[in-house]
Amino acid sequence: MSAAPLVALRGVGKRFASGVRALEGLDLEVGAREFLGLLGPSGCGKSTALRLLAGLAEPTEGLVEWAEGARDAAPGEVGFVFQEPTLMPWASALANAMLPMRLAGVGRAEAKARAADALAAVGLAGFERAVPRELSGGMRMRVSIARALVTRPRILLMDEPFAALDEITRWKLNDDLLALWGAQRFTVVFVTHSVFESVYLAQRVVAMAARPGRAAGEVRLDEPAPREPGFRTSARYAAQCRAVSEMLAAATGEAIA
Amino acid sequence: MRPGRRAARIVAPLLLGVLALAGWEAAVAAWAIPPYVLPGPALVARTMVAEWPGLRDAMWVTLGITAMALAAAVFLGVALAVAFAQSPWIEDALFPYAVVLQVTPVVAIAPLVIIWTRNDVVMALLVCAWIVAFFPILSNTTIGLRSADRNLVDLFRLHRASRLQTLLRLGLPSALPYFFAGLRVSGGLALIGAVVAEFVAGTGGSASGLAYVILESGYRLQIPKMFAALALVSAIGIAIFLLLGLVAHLALRRWHETAGAGEDAGA
Repeated sequence: MSAAPLVALRGVGKRFASGVRALEGLDLEVGAREFLGLLGPSGCGKSTALRLLAGLAEPTEGLVEWAEGARDAAPGEVGFVFQEPTLMPWASALANAMLPMRLAGVGRAEAKARAADALAAVGLAGFERAVPRELSGGMRMRVSIARALVTRPRILLMDEPFAALDEITRWKLNDDLLALWGAQRFTVVFVTHSVFESVYLAQRVVAMAARPGRAAGEVRLDEPAPREPGFRTSARYAAQCRAVSEMLAAATGEAIA
Repeated sequence: MRPGRRAARIVAPLLLGVLALAGWEAAVAAWAIPPYVLPGPALVARTMVAEWPGLRDAMWVTLGITAMALAAAVFLGVALAVAFAQSPWIEDALFPYAVVLQVTPVVAIAPLVIIWTRNDVVMALLVCAWIVAFFPILSNTTIGLRSADRNLVDLFRLHRASRLQTLLRLGLPSALPYFFAGLRVSGGLALIGAVVAEFVAGTGGSASGLAYVILESGYRLQIPKMFAALALVSAIGIAIFLLLGLVAHLALRRWHETAGAGEDAGA
């Protein structure tokens, strides 16, 4: 990475109260406007790393370093999308998307307008009044993404957001996420355990190894956003997947299945 | 739920009730049971009509005490649950005493309460009914406030929400289904508390409720009137149960599973 990173984990370790060492000596730089895939098996500390970036947990060793003024200006600088949609079931799609604005003290009218824009941007115009149980799984995840983007964050942290969705919905959301990223140019850290998803989405894939969690290899794969039609079935995509699989196998010390 | 199943839920208990009443009436007539032992339902109904003014006044007294006790239970139960949610210290300090209040039979406390309320009978009844009614609301709301989705709690932290924001926008809505479950239990308990307390405290005079009518009818061997008062107590209990169920349904129907609203949208 040439420019100074937006945020970096420097020698970060995380030991839980139970004594479990989730991370050790993790170095990770995330460039401004980069789409970074964080790839690894279950239990390798991907989610913990994401929580450290979000400030939801503190490292027990090392530093989380932000580019000057990037984090402390406003809480809305970081958007977070969980593995589950994590919506308030009693609130409409609009009210859910408004939440970060309302918590920041933004007036009702402005919050409403911006939340409506955010919902429209994820393809949910017309569903403002629906409550989560009236929406499909994919639509709920779209609301969750709209809520994360409503404050126009500098960085979007995503913790296996599409893992629970069916493949057809996941592919559609992959494309829509890339389109949003292309249009709004925020930074993304996307945690996944799918080689195929990371190759399809990211500009750079960092593999993590487990026990204790650490960065163990990376592949850079610059593809245009949005992806060219047919990219998913192209030989180029297959070759990239192979490269990332081999890197992951080397990183985790296991043979490719 | 299928329409047939729904109709069965209303028709089946009604049918059973009518059959039981008819059997009861037939048995009383067939064996010529005297009314001071077991009056037939027709006689109870006639007595209800004949004694209606007095029964109605007594019913209003019992209903009033039940409603006030339930209101106090809601207010103090929720307030205390919110205090518990703010600080584990408050909860650790107070919860054992809440349990003590819950497990001590109200019959045993009632004489003390009467002394402490300086013979203000209505206040004594109110306090007794409240003691019985408030615990389910307290314990359910406390659990409900803790049941908020962990990830949503994290999201509120991420956006640096204040305690008040987290309570109002996350804690209380999350607690609502639990609160309503407790409220339904407490509604019945408030009625039981109001009746039992009146048995112990006695009332007489202008402010006597249905329990006093039952006691008095018993002493005078006016068993049909006693049955009429009993029927009214049951009717109040059923009305409270249905009303609170309706309130819960209206409040939760759009989002909560227990309210059983329409189908999920599916994937």
